[in-house]
Amino acid sequence: MSNIPADLKYTKSHEWVRTLANGNVEVGITDHAQAALGDLVFVDVPEAGKALKAGDSFAVVESVKAASDVYAPIAGSVVESNSGLGSQPELINSEPYGAGWIMRLKPGSAPAGLLSAAEYQALLDAEG
Amino acid sequence: MPFNPHTPKDVSDMLAAIGAKKIEDLFDEIPKELRIESLAGIPDALNEMHTGKLMMARAAQDGTPLNFIGAGAYEHHIPSAVWAVTTRGEFYSAYTPYQAEASQGTLQLIYEYQTMISSLTGMEVSNASLYDGGSAVAEASLMAIRAHRKSKSQRILVPTTVHPNYRKVAVATATGQGVRFDEVPCPKGFLSVGDLKKFEGEDVTAIVIQQPNFFGVLEDVDAITDWAHANSIMVIGSVNPTSLAILKPPGEWGTKGADIACGDCQPLGVPLSSGGPYAGFLTTKMENVRQMPGRIVGRTVDANGHQGFALTLQAREQHIRRGKATSNICTNQGLLVTAATIYLSLLGPEGLARVANESHARTNELVASLTRIKGVKLAFDRARFHEAVLLLDRPVAPVIAELARRGIVGGFDLSNDYPELGNALLVCATETRTSDDIQKYADALGETLKAAVRAA
Amino acid sequence: MAMQKHPEKIIFEYSRPGRGAFGQWPTERDTPNEIAADIPENLRRKKPAMLPEVSELEVVRHFTKLSQLNFSIDTHFYPLGSCTMKYNPKACNAFAMLPGFLGRHPLAPDSLGQGFLSCMFELQEMLKEVTGMQGVALSPMAGAHGEFAGVAMIRAYHRARGDLARNEIIVPIAAHGTNPATATMCGCVVKEIPVNDEGDVDVEALKAAVGPNTAGIMLTNPSTCGVFERRIKEVAKIVHDAGGLLYYDGANLNAILGKVRPGDMGFDVIHMNLHKTFSTPHGGGGPGAGAVGVSSRLLPFMPIPVVGKEGDKYRWLTEKDLPQSIGRLSAFMGNAGVLLRAYIYMRMLGREGMHRVGEYATLNANYLMAQLAKAGFDPAYPTRRASHEFIITAKKQKNDLGVSAMDIAKRLLDYGFHAPTTYFPLLVPECLLIEPTETESKEALDGFIDAMVSILKEAETQADLVKTAPHTMTVRRLDDVRAARQLDLTWKPAA
Repeated sequence: MSNIPADLKYTKSHEWVRTLANGNVEVGITDHAQAALGDLVFVDVPEAGKALKAGDSFAVVESVKAASDVYAPIAGSVVESNSGLGSQPELINSEPYGAGWIMRLKPGSAPAGLLSAAEYQALLDAEG
Repeated sequence: MPFNPHTPKDVSDMLAAIGAKKIEDLFDEIPKELRIESLAGIPDALNEMHTGKLMMARAAQDGTPLNFIGAGAYEHHIPSAVWAVTTRGEFYSAYTPYQAEASQGTLQLIYEYQTMISSLTGMEVSNASLYDGGSAVAEASLMAIRAHRKSKSQRILVPTTVHPNYRKVAVATATGQGVRFDEVPCPKGFLSVGDLKKFEGEDVTAIVIQQPNFFGVLEDVDAITDWAHANSIMVIGSVNPTSLAILKPPGEWGTKGADIACGDCQPLGVPLSSGGPYAGFLTTKMENVRQMPGRIVGRTVDANGHQGFALTLQAREQHIRRGKATSNICTNQGLLVTAATIYLSLLGPEGLARVANESHARTNELVASLTRIKGVKLAFDRARFHEAVLLLDRPVAPVIAELARRGIVGGFDLSNDYPELGNALLVCATETRTSDDIQKYADALGETLKAAVRAA
Repeated sequence: MAMQKHPEKIIFEYSRPGRGAFGQWPTERDTPNEIAADIPENLRRKKPAMLPEVSELEVVRHFTKLSQLNFSIDTHFYPLGSCTMKYNPKACNAFAMLPGFLGRHPLAPDSLGQGFLSCMFELQEMLKEVTGMQGVALSPMAGAHGEFAGVAMIRAYHRARGDLARNEIIVPIAAHGTNPATATMCGCVVKEIPVNDEGDVDVEALKAAVGPNTAGIMLTNPSTCGVFERRIKEVAKIVHDAGGLLYYDGANLNAILGKVRPGDMGFDVIHMNLHKTFSTPHGGGGPGAGAVGVSSRLLPFMPIPVVGKEGDKYRWLTEKDLPQSIGRLSAFMGNAGVLLRAYIYMRMLGREGMHRVGEYATLNANYLMAQLAKAGFDPAYPTRRASHEFIITAKKQKNDLGVSAMDIAKRLLDYGFHAPTTYFPLLVPECLLIEPTETESKEALDGFIDAMVSILKEAETQADLVKTAPHTMTVRRLDDVRAARQLDLTWKPAA
């Protein structure tokens, strides 16, 4: 059973989205995703200022057995990336929704088409 | 069938266990119309004795002429221990070291190779080999494009002093991914910063510098490297590993050093063998390690805390990243890496320097000897290492043909790839050519040029 | 199997200043370390490279001991699916290393290479015959390199016809990773199609996937699932009718050698892995050779050089002879020594031997599959014939006992067998892809079956023993995560 906090939004490609007080949006990968990847060894994060469209790959998370793209849930521009991941990629494994955040984005438009916690759970159940 | 152990009893026991009547039944899923009746074009089997006679006759047909070509493949003395150990079954018939616990020999050897090649090239990290020096230039170019954070053009500058076959391989390999190779003409036989001025202000990703260059001439690597870095261009050095015993390695070129070094390990214990197999090497600085294609071995610990070796950073490779891999390379040149590592261990720093110095001295002796002959001139009056271009007073091809008839492989005819040079011949002598060999060549060439009628 | 108990030191740890294998060094000059005066000062190396300073015996002993830490075909049964670990005949090595071949410079005149060139030409002809293709080029230096050549030729063919839109390559999801990687390298877009429960490509999905952008499809037959693609003729028609070409990944050619030919199945271009099917050595990771075969419409695009014959003389054909060639993929002519070994192997097998390869490889695989099924293992495709390989899934063992395919693979090492291929193809969970090859005896196979049966029992009664295997190698299971997080890629002397 993977952890799916109720107050976040989700994507089909296993990213989570948190709206911050200042209107920016914080993005990471879900507990399910980090468990599937295994121990992370490297995270390639984007530079501040990079412009993204919804669905663009903005980061790569690398474990021993896989290297997966992380996709932008909405369009916007990168405000900052989690520099702590450079020395401690394992933060994504231990705290995927907290200290393991990957990127903060200034949204270009209101978030749309994201899944609720319940919808994301249903997606995981269907995948089996 | 020479290598099949099956007896008729084995076959019947096995068919019984499967529940089939005959071997043909095992192919019943294959549409009948696809099955072949006979491979009529394949000759009858030969036992090992007759195969040996055939191969010995073919090999004898070609003989062992006296060799004076370099051009990217160099004849050096290979200690007997190199291939005696490399062809041990445990190296020769071992698989790629994916199951690390069963492959610690190969893995440790590659770790040692990575250490030696990194040091030789003045870099920080190496991969476990690529196919050859030509594909190494292609892979280095693609790697520079990935590693260069700012450049978008995918333009690689390639001076014409880079091996013509390396340039062709780079084009054939990388243009499918949108890489643009811009040739920089070097009519004087070397690259100068003046030839590069016209690229200033343009978006160029990297430049390839070959040292020594294809003509054996030494390039001004410091000035070119500094120019490139001042213009945000990455530097790829394509180098001869033997030469690195006495020449400044790419990691020390200019103020910051080259970004990527590549080349061919063939001079390190690998025989000419009609063109291959050789082994490409690729080294770089630590900051670029994740962009490096091919396998990489790392040292780690096992469950008991003991030292061990394993393939690492595999997530970049084809079997995991698939369509987004750094390269499609899977099998590389493991056995040749084994030979090169043993060779470097036997030569050591002093032995390799002696080979380099001796080869250089022999080429000087060859050039002095041949240019004493009327009709033979040295093309480039510039510092060189162990290879040189001579200009003849007549077309080169018939001269080479006549020398071949006398059992001498006289050099490489440059007129196809460099028509602007005229009747140009690339010659090389290594530590394997004695003064007698050189005299023999000089005598043969002298006679050839005296006897033939000058071209009209 | 007695394995070296103590790990061997790193070669540098034997170095002592002043030590060396002096008999191997040039000794003509007294002061060889003074760099020649005619090399400019600013181009000279200042500090020597860090290379070992050891005696010849130390070198021989060190690398011999390293070799003894390896499994190899010469010492172990190696049922690696898709790798074809058959016996590498010693004669192939001995004859390929005859002085006339070994000392020849690749750029020496063709007149001095007729013996070598005749072997290469005959190899081209024999490979054409066994694959049913019209042309063969020998220069690609590995299977993946041959794949690159094949896809590049497909693109060149469409471009030459003015059909520039065709940039999609269709690949089954079970394909080897080199297939999509190659498509990307050629500037193509990959379109994946599913494989059904019986291991065949989903033909309906294929029909939906083809169109005016289809450059071609890459297939292996038998497939990476270890079974024959039964509807191959239909697949070929669908792709050809849509204007695409068929590429054959020859990794599994051993299954059908002498029984079926890719050219007859409708393939337009193939690559062969000479280090698999034609028994050239794996060498701890190469060198291989990925010769390509083509149908007549792709002949003009073959990579150069190719050997041609005029009268009774052989010569290299280059750009001038093949102006539409995709170009040169090797600085010289490919892995010549590997090609010679393949030639020697084919001469020793001859026509009769070539017919028997597919037969005995398939017999061995079906026997193993039947016996393992009886012992309680689960073949992934139990209703199908095994080709030269088959898949066992350890999904049940993982769910019920917590023992994975990886664990079984590692425990096999303790029993003296190299593990089969694991976790490939990706679509079968916990899979073991097993390929015995035709050079293994029934006793070798029975020994493997006994070991697997024993491991299954251990999984049921002492699961931890299997989960923490191997126990008798030089090292226990290695920390891959640490290897990737704390990169130690070169030895450094202690500070």
